[in-house]
Amino acid sequence: MSKISLSATGPLAALVLLVVLGAFLNDNFLSAGNITNVLARSAFIGMIAVGMTFVITSGGLDLSVGSMAAFIAGMMILAMNALVPTLGIGMPLVLAGMAVALVVGLLAGVGNGLLITRAGIEPFIVTLGTMGIFRSLVTWIADGGTLSLDFEARQFYRPVYYDGLFGIAWPIIVFAIIAVAGEITMRHTRFGRYCEAIGSNDKVARYSAVKVERVQLWTYIALGMLVGLATILYVPRLGSASGSTGLLWELEAIAAVIIGGTALKGGYGRVWGTVVGVLILSLIDNILNLADLVSPYLNGAIQGVIIVLAVVLQRGKSSAEGR
Amino acid sequence: MTPCLSLSDVRKAFGPIEILHGIDFDLYPGEVHALIGENGAGKSTLMKILGGYLRPTSGSVQLDGAPVSFQSGAEAEARGIVVIHQEFNLAPDLTVADNIYLGRELGGLFLDHKAMREGAQALLDQLDCPVSPDARIRDLPVSDRQMVEIAKALGRKARVLIMDEPSAVLTQREVQVLFRIIDKLRSAGVALLYTSHRLEEVSHLADRITVLRDGAVVRRAMRNELSEDGMATAMVGRDLADIFPPRRTDFGPVVLEVQDFAVPPLVQGVSLALRRGEVLGISGLFGAGRTELAEGLVGLRPHHGIIRRNGAAVAVRSLSDAERHGIAYLTEDRKERGLLLDKSLRENLTLSTLRRFGALFLSRPAEDAALTQAISDFDIRAPRRDIAVGNLSGGNQQKLLLAKTMLPAPEIVIIDEPTRGIDIGTKSQIYHFIDRLARQGLSVIVISSDMPEILGLSDRVLVMRQGRVAGVLDGTDISETAVVRLIMGTSEKAAPHV
Repeated sequence: MSKISLSATGPLAALVLLVVLGAFLNDNFLSAGNITNVLARSAFIGMIAVGMTFVITSGGLDLSVGSMAAFIAGMMILAMNALVPTLGIGMPLVLAGMAVALVVGLLAGVGNGLLITRAGIEPFIVTLGTMGIFRSLVTWIADGGTLSLDFEARQFYRPVYYDGLFGIAWPIIVFAIIAVAGEITMRHTRFGRYCEAIGSNDKVARYSAVKVERVQLWTYIALGMLVGLATILYVPRLGSASGSTGLLWELEAIAAVIIGGTALKGGYGRVWGTVVGVLILSLIDNILNLADLVSPYLNGAIQGVIIVLAVVLQRGKSSAEGR
Repeated sequence: MTPCLSLSDVRKAFGPIEILHGIDFDLYPGEVHALIGENGAGKSTLMKILGGYLRPTSGSVQLDGAPVSFQSGAEAEARGIVVIHQEFNLAPDLTVADNIYLGRELGGLFLDHKAMREGAQALLDQLDCPVSPDARIRDLPVSDRQMVEIAKALGRKARVLIMDEPSAVLTQREVQVLFRIIDKLRSAGVALLYTSHRLEEVSHLADRITVLRDGAVVRRAMRNELSEDGMATAMVGRDLADIFPPRRTDFGPVVLEVQDFAVPPLVQGVSLALRRGEVLGISGLFGAGRTELAEGLVGLRPHHGIIRRNGAAVAVRSLSDAERHGIAYLTEDRKERGLLLDKSLRENLTLSTLRRFGALFLSRPAEDAALTQAISDFDIRAPRRDIAVGNLSGGNQQKLLLAKTMLPAPEIVIIDEPTRGIDIGTKSQIYHFIDRLARQGLSVIVISSDMPEILGLSDRVLVMRQGRVAGVLDGTDISETAVVRLIMGTSEKAAPHV
């Protein structure tokens, strides 16, 4: 029993501990500016990780999200630059760019999902393949360099990252909405229940009249669209895309899901846990940058320890339940 | 002559349930000893004890007259006792030669592939088996895997060879080869234990026959002392008065009619009719196509043929179609297809009917109310409601699965193996649930390999053999002998009609 609650509260306790540690190490840590910075940076990985939670819960995996983000960013920038002469600088241009991002994300998700559910190829293999394809395509389109958004368009688009509502940046607001919607979907809708059932045992789900392939396909489509949404909020930050955009985002997203207590083998998903996981990862990064205690170069090592620790806690939980 | 392997007064209990009640059994060198009995009579348990896979709760196992206690199948194998299991023990990704020499590979630091390949070839030649030693098990048909399994046993220089239904997956030609091999082994002084549901094989092969029923030996006979009919009679026959509910007499009109139904590749030309308030039992051997038929009827497998509900033809292409037409199916595989073992009772109960628990958001109170109802209707006993279903007893799992199947309020329910792996008390409870459903006006199809169950529950019995209807028995025609005859194909008396 104690182990079960430990695995549920463990990530939360770790988060609180990090906040206390951060406040103790640096006076600036709790400033509005720093908190906004941490949350806004978390938002991109966070939205993707929420989608990833559903994919993993239903027994899947998507390694392509980082490359997909780079590809979507590239397509979005190309489309917007091409549309500047017809639409001019303004809302229609930005909306068109956003539409392109969401549609490309949707198509990428459909592609991954169909290969996995219809062709019956392992999710790991399919998304390892598309990961390479997306990244290579964006590098090729950029001719090895950088795709930059039209300067004036960029000036107009910038506020989507830097502005907000009541002093809260847009990416944070959108992330919060996605997180709440994700949590509700997982806990209180058929779709969430089906995801858990499929990840737990897809044969049982099939024999219970659950449309297994359709549900799995939708998890990949939702994830693709969330990657699109994250890209919409990310592009105005730098106004460019290159072969190294979104590098290793897939690993951060998967790590956040696992730290949050979702089972990697599927069957059990916890969206709020994923949010906590994302925040833990960004806080570690932030604290290392603010404090001189440990070199920021060790960021990856510390994150690695946290991931392994989270899985050990999960194992403790499952063996306690198995008894 | 001392028997090379014998059991005296062997009992075996799993938990509080005793499966074998004091068995004496012996095997002599150079004989074929057939062990026959219905499914669940205790044959597999007996063979596992002989093969060292299980230890008896009491009683002793003797090898060449001296008591032995094997700790594992491998230990028994080292002493020359080899079991050929029904579910094969072959590594699918290794080659035939690799498998034959698995665990006793030739060579020193490096494997001597050439010697192993030649050795495997010699063994396969001995079996007239055309399979290449380099073929991967995965690529072989089931019958070839059986031959490889036999070659593997031969390679282990077996003194005692225990064969669990070796002919079940072989073609007629391969069975002839198998018989020749068995003859050869017999004259070489090997002791053979043979089980089969094909009684004609038993009377052809066996020097001695032991009949097991309900975990006890009910008949021992020498060759020619027991006819095939005699075997069938010995295998069956017991008093079932209290376990089963009284028979129903009041049936309504036909609610389900199936014509010329086929579920490729196995099930063909099946026709049946089911009346309101009736329990139709479907009997047959494993692999006779019963589950395939049921899964075809509820849209889990592609099929063709006509399904009529209350006289009107309907298409059932998916479980959702079946639900819409009031047909439900309870799977035989409770743990792998029926229940999510790591989920709670509530999540399992409502999984197939979630649509009824909220349009957009699921209503937890409604789900809880459904669970409360199910727990009282089906007497489900769980220490806590949020316990993972895998921690419940098989009986309580089965009751929950029954509750889940009945949740959409079907008019026709197909129950595949209603009581597999369940103690006798819960069995009886489930029989009374089924009776209650029938009396409430539902129509029930019960598929079962448990003969007493089929006889005790069914108003009519349909017997399947090799994917077809072997016959239908009604009223006073239903008897154990009649069903066994149809199962074994020793009688064509009952016409294949409905």
